[in-house]
Amino acid sequence: MLKIDPKQIVIKGIREGLSVTLPADQAWANALAALEARLTAAPAFFKGGRVALMIGPRALSEDDMRQARDLLARHDVTLWAIVSEEADTQRIASMLGLDVIPSAQPQPARAEPRAWEVALEDKPQPPSVSIDEWPDAGLVVRRTLRSGQSLRHPGSIVVIGDVNPGAEIIAGGDIVVWGKLRGTAHAGALGNDDAIVCALDLSPTQLRIGSHIARSPDDRRRKPRPETARVRAGQIIAEPWGGT
Amino acid sequence: MAARVITVTSGKGGVGKTTTTANIGVALALNGKRVVCLDADIGLRNLDVVLGLENRIVYDVVDVIEGRAKLRQALIKDKRLPDLQLLPASQKRDKSAVKPENLVQLCEEIGIDHDFILIDSAAGIEEGFRTALAPSNEVIIVTNPEVSAVRDADRVIGLVEAAGKGPAKLIVNRLKPELVQRGDMLDTGDVLEILAIDLLGIVPEDESILVSTNRGLPAALDEKSRAGQSFRNIARRLLGEDVPFESFREASGLLQRLARLFSPNGRSA
Repeated sequence: MLKIDPKQIVIKGIREGLSVTLPADQAWANALAALEARLTAAPAFFKGGRVALMIGPRALSEDDMRQARDLLARHDVTLWAIVSEEADTQRIASMLGLDVIPSAQPQPARAEPRAWEVALEDKPQPPSVSIDEWPDAGLVVRRTLRSGQSLRHPGSIVVIGDVNPGAEIIAGGDIVVWGKLRGTAHAGALGNDDAIVCALDLSPTQLRIGSHIARSPDDRRRKPRPETARVRAGQIIAEPWGGT
Repeated sequence: MAARVITVTSGKGGVGKTTTTANIGVALALNGKRVVCLDADIGLRNLDVVLGLENRIVYDVVDVIEGRAKLRQALIKDKRLPDLQLLPASQKRDKSAVKPENLVQLCEEIGIDHDFILIDSAAGIEEGFRTALAPSNEVIIVTNPEVSAVRDADRVIGLVEAAGKGPAKLIVNRLKPELVQRGDMLDTGDVLEILAIDLLGIVPEDESILVSTNRGLPAALDEKSRAGQSFRNIARRLLGEDVPFESFREASGLLQRLARLFSPNGRSA
């Protein structure tokens, strides 16, 4: 029985959500087991997300693909595309209603962004980086997130704009909002309690760092000022900007 | 010149989409524009009631789309305002009866000899909303100065932008100046701070709206109605006039501003 190393699963943030690369040299069952281990290790990060699955040079059967789709669905993740250059695999993927991305390059050819994901197409594309290689690599987004929009990235996220109530940001790394953070934010969502959340006005409906959760105090009279939230002694606390 | 097709939507129900559609239609017609008000709330039609035209409905928009009636036969002319016409919704069917393509085609036909088409959208963000949005080249979002209405409006603005129909314009409806002054209600600035789109108009809470709906006499026809005046101002702004926004201060004075400063829920200066 091969030991399953979740690090074999490479996760990248791409324009349309996440891309997940399965190890090319493993049997399908083992690859799926590694994927399951990764999903189980960081459920908060993946829940509700969309994934393009990079399967390498494999030829997959319909059953194989259904298995992958169902596995992801059990963790509340939607499989929306298969990345493969293999003709039969592409055909089966299309039959199952999945998008096909023919090359290994993670930028899909889709024209319009879906309504509930932030449209990044008019901004310069961030380098697609694996969290395991470069944990601090960030995504910079220059717009206000509106209610119902969500932004998910395995690295850090910087929003130049506001995050309105009902919007959510989920980052494997840190979160910086150069504006008002009034929605929900989850930093360190891949299991990192050392992540921080900074904002010019830190008033989230709910804040999570790693496995910790907190909500804003109900003090509406408070003047907004730049603050950083971090975990200290097992609790999320917010400190005015200027502390280390 | 092609007609301006404006969808009036909100997300939240009950904020005043239908009242707004009817009254802007009336006000534009008073300015001599040829207007069709189209009720896209299939199954829950209200625009006819607010305009006082419910007794004159013979055919509706679904009849036209399904070929049982010509557009000409379904359009109801308002006897008070010859430039205003209503294309009513169906009350028997539901939203699935009208697809986005149907409405796009219909609006192209209507647009040939009209200046404005105002589409009264259904509440929500599902297919009724998407269908109402399809033919538009402008969008008006109606909201109330109230947190859940603003939350829903924010969502809808995001969807409108994602559909490529933005930027939308905002009408803040049912503002109560006394409550704002006491710090018990969001003011227009609070709403704009979150929604961040251009303001088209502010309409105060006004008893005359309830009366006018019950009588089928839109407030924009009533010289004495404050809400009616606001709707007339909105129509003028749509026609390119620079009309300053109403401030609705009962008695603006140092005392009132000081009172707001120290009230428990007021914003600090």
